[in-house]
Amino acid sequence: MSSSLDARRLKEGYCLGIESTADDFAVGIVSFDGEILANVISAYSPEKGGIHPREAARHHANVAAKVIGEALERAGLKAKELSIVAFAQGPGLGPCLRTGATAARALASYLKIPLVGVNHCIAHIEIGRKVCKVSDPVTLYVSGGNTIVTAFAGDRYRVFGETLDIAIGNCLDTFAREVGLTQRGAVPFGAMIENLAKKGKRFIPLPYTVKGMDLSFSGLLTRATQLFKDGGYRLEDLCFSLQEVAFSMLTEVTERAVAHTEKREVLLTGGVAANRRLQDMLRVMTEERGAEMYVVPKQYALDNGVMIAWTGILRYRYKGALSLSESGIRPKWRVDEVDVPWRRGERSDAS
Amino acid sequence: MLLKRGAEAELYLDTRYGRKVIVKKRVRKGYRIRELDEEIRSYRTSHEAVMMHKAKECGVPTPVIFLVDLVDKSIVMEYVGDVRLKDVLDSLPEEERRRILVEVGRMIGAMHSNGLIHGDLTTSNIILDEGRIYFIDFGLSEVSEELEKRGVDLHLMRRALESTHHLHSDEYFREVLLGYSEVVGEQETKRVLSKIEEIAKRGRYVSER
Repeated sequence: MSSSLDARRLKEGYCLGIESTADDFAVGIVSFDGEILANVISAYSPEKGGIHPREAARHHANVAAKVIGEALERAGLKAKELSIVAFAQGPGLGPCLRTGATAARALASYLKIPLVGVNHCIAHIEIGRKVCKVSDPVTLYVSGGNTIVTAFAGDRYRVFGETLDIAIGNCLDTFAREVGLTQRGAVPFGAMIENLAKKGKRFIPLPYTVKGMDLSFSGLLTRATQLFKDGGYRLEDLCFSLQEVAFSMLTEVTERAVAHTEKREVLLTGGVAANRRLQDMLRVMTEERGAEMYVVPKQYALDNGVMIAWTGILRYRYKGALSLSESGIRPKWRVDEVDVPWRRGERSDAS
Repeated sequence: MLLKRGAEAELYLDTRYGRKVIVKKRVRKGYRIRELDEEIRSYRTSHEAVMMHKAKECGVPTPVIFLVDLVDKSIVMEYVGDVRLKDVLDSLPEEERRRILVEVGRMIGAMHSNGLIHGDLTTSNIILDEGRIYFIDFGLSEVSEELEKRGVDLHLMRRALESTHHLHSDEYFREVLLGYSEVVGEQETKRVLSKIEEIAKRGRYVSER
């Protein structure tokens, strides 16, 4: 720990975390002893199509001050009581990341408190470990922008599988749009597909693409979309088959990582973690292997500021603050590039 | 005797025809619907047997196959010991390690130049027996002339080295490439390498793009 750190702050302090890697601008506040005090999210939802990075960034800039204010209010804190500011430095969409980073830099420099950069994927794992009380899991992180199987090995989180093309959430969302589903209210496309799939009866073979531990969803998306457009197939059956194939692929790759690392826990997180069919598959798989499965609760599985704040605290304890020159965004930052000193010393070999 | 419970198959050590054999049985996965499960297990079982044979034709050592049972989804094959390269690689004498990694590269080169893509290249899928290497686990392999497939195959090898032998993965991969280039030539190795770089830059593989 650097000598410039205020020791008192490390005992009783508060971290405000800013998350803005994609379509949500979110702020969380966590005390240094791990109490979650605020979790405020403002979602940008495009009227049509997917996320436009610049539009999303504009939304983030517009709501930043309000969301930060609301989080402080919920936590019952004044800004000057904050001890550190953490922000998601990457991976994510450039313009969105930049907005969050700018807000974080401004807040930290105004309050004259340390600034900490956090890896978004690692934050998902760390908040999952904390709220699910899991020590050393294989994590399956599935969302609109990420599909990754990771576990701690050696001295960091290693990637044991990931998508070679699009993320699973992107695959489901794009399929939904291609077949003409429209978003009403707050029901996500994934949930719509899940509901349609429940009414599916017939399994339609679709491309099942697992390469080693890695996955590919683009062929699956193209084929499912093509079959719908060709006609002759019920949408319910296509949704059912799409889910069965995609989630079987995810479960297979996760099982490979569990077998390879010989870990006893599986942690499921990200937006797609809410899908019951995926949860069921992983539960059956872990039961068959004598392992335990944990699903991160929705408020901490979706992108949120709490995970950034919590991971910011972990990181600050070992690495101290970021200098301004180190605070640039890292849109392609991989989990296996990140030093995780708070887990140092754990004996965990994945070999 | 159950030797190993892998992710998709169970390996049994058994005695048949008066010799030690391995029975590789692809077990039913309860998480998959039956139709999909049957299809995947049958396909991978017969496919694996065919591809192991094809590998031999390329000069790549694989265990001899005695029986393929598509009802039981099992393959009965020669027992070539149970020392996985993964378990011993880091502790081998440097010279021996280098020789083996170069040989691994040569064998991958031999497969690739015959249009065979292994599909699951890891040091767990290479068995070391008295200095000789055997490739196993051809369940995900395919026949392809595409540069892309060769790139992904070698990219997986590199990824496997990174996740399992993270301290020396760069050095190990260099040795593998050395052997690879002996077989396929420098020109072709360069093409595959630049393909690997391209693959690595896709999606979220690297921080700089």
